[in-house]
Amino acid sequence: MTAQAALATPSTLDAAALRADFPTLRRVINGRPLVYLDSAATSQKPQVVIDRMNQFYAEEYSTVRRSIHLLSAKATQAYEDARRTAAQLLNAPETRQIIFTKGTTEAINLVAHSYGRKFVGEGDEIIISATEHHANIVPWQMLCEEKGAHLRVIPVDDRGELILEAYEKLLTNRTKLVAVGHVSNALGTIHPVEDIIRLARAQGVPVLVDGAQAAPHMPVDVQALDCDFYAFSGHKACGPTGIGILYGKAEWLERMTPFLGGGDMIETVTFEKTTYAPIPHKFEAGTPAIAEAIGLGTALEYLRNIGLAAIAAYERELLDQATARLEAIPGVKIVGAARRKAAIISFTVDGIHPHDIGTLLDQEGVAIRAGHHCAQPVMARYGVPATARASFAFYNLPSEIEALGAAVEKAIAVFAV
Amino acid sequence: MSNKSLYGEQIIYLSKHPKNFRPIENARYICEGANPLCGDRVTVYVNVGDDETLEDVAFQGSGCAICMASASMMTTSVKGKKRAEAEQLFDEFHRLVKGELDPAREENRLGKLTMFENVSHYPVRVKCASLPWHALHNALENKGVASTE
Repeated sequence: MTAQAALATPSTLDAAALRADFPTLRRVINGRPLVYLDSAATSQKPQVVIDRMNQFYAEEYSTVRRSIHLLSAKATQAYEDARRTAAQLLNAPETRQIIFTKGTTEAINLVAHSYGRKFVGEGDEIIISATEHHANIVPWQMLCEEKGAHLRVIPVDDRGELILEAYEKLLTNRTKLVAVGHVSNALGTIHPVEDIIRLARAQGVPVLVDGAQAAPHMPVDVQALDCDFYAFSGHKACGPTGIGILYGKAEWLERMTPFLGGGDMIETVTFEKTTYAPIPHKFEAGTPAIAEAIGLGTALEYLRNIGLAAIAAYERELLDQATARLEAIPGVKIVGAARRKAAIISFTVDGIHPHDIGTLLDQEGVAIRAGHHCAQPVMARYGVPATARASFAFYNLPSEIEALGAAVEKAIAVFAV
Repeated sequence: MSNKSLYGEQIIYLSKHPKNFRPIENARYICEGANPLCGDRVTVYVNVGDDETLEDVAFQGSGCAICMASASMMTTSVKGKKRAEAEQLFDEFHRLVKGELDPAREENRLGKLTMFENVSHYPVRVKCASLPWHALHNALENKGVASTE
């Protein structure tokens, strides 16, 4: 029986069995078994994804949507199957609403460019939140600078929760878009995107959700959310790098200008005029990341077979255990105490810089991230230059939480001279 | 801890109790060094005499233990030295932390700075150790800022 077949309901997710699917998790680091707690940066890859991409390159490789030979037809089918898998994962109404991008960053830039160029003008406003990743700040700043528009920021409270009363006041007839993260990569907060979207909808304002930290960890239903755009990255979802997903409502995608011009995004080209291909191809100029898209399709099927609800429930248990373990260590402070939280823990240790924690934990085989997590405004908000961040996935075990706690205690001991 | 450990007791002690951690009023040279990727910041103050001697060197800032200890050791190492000697020490230190200078095999003037030898086993931490030196170098060149990125 494969690891996947061993799965059933949320309470019985068998992380120990699932780990066998991940060759990297068998690595020994600095003489100790790898404890990989950096899945918010990027997830490890199951063998099925590696095999699927190898198989595509070794046996099936060809281009998509260009050539009429058999291999190209098969490649096109596999590529479009991956698009369908992504549509199913997000419960998108139609497969053509799924655009392949390089990742979340490119997906947001696509919307900033193609929606922003057309629908945002001087004096208009775009609302983001105080907890955004730089990828959901900088594209909007660039757009605002170009258009003479203004960025408005939903403030965050001490727990790491967005202040919705302030958000309501920011929504005006000048607001042209709300762009918010589903889950904060720096604090772990699960933002109330349902409320954020509902309030924007009441004002007729479209909403983009940055789902980079959410889509791999919990069920996402874009129809239930009623968001206008939803973006996530393949590499955080057990898939390859260089591929990501942008979901968009067809009514927007059809009216938006193309992002990049080139091959595959056109209908007809003359030197006088070009007409564009229908969506999604209008937004996929050039030969795409074919193997990566197919690998992502396999990764999303893999996650779906485990069950996103099961993953969310299991990771919630890990979060609670890890929070309790770290809070019990004198000198450890957790940054971000939202009531709804994903399995991401930012923390500081009195008297030890996060980079030193990162190196000392690495010596114990424990891989975490230390730094500002591409969220410098968040660090400034909580008055820390950086944090250490442990982030979890369904393949982590309670024993790894103990390894984390013991490594932090050892780091404190090293610095106690 | 292995013998390739980054954190000797002296480094940790100096990071907590750095020497010359203060501003210099009306310093002749000041440079703010920053590593924008990790957030380390070190401002280096230098006074140089007419005979090119570094009469006073001090720093302020925040950062990891490697960066703070390195800044502290730098100030005590170059104080009283000629400008050219300080630059030569920077070159030797930079090669030390990059693993290009083996103090056991190559003649050098590093002295206690060899406590940073094991930084060479941690490539991502080289910039932590070298940031204060870049700031000193740029201060002496009369540049106001230094960046290790």
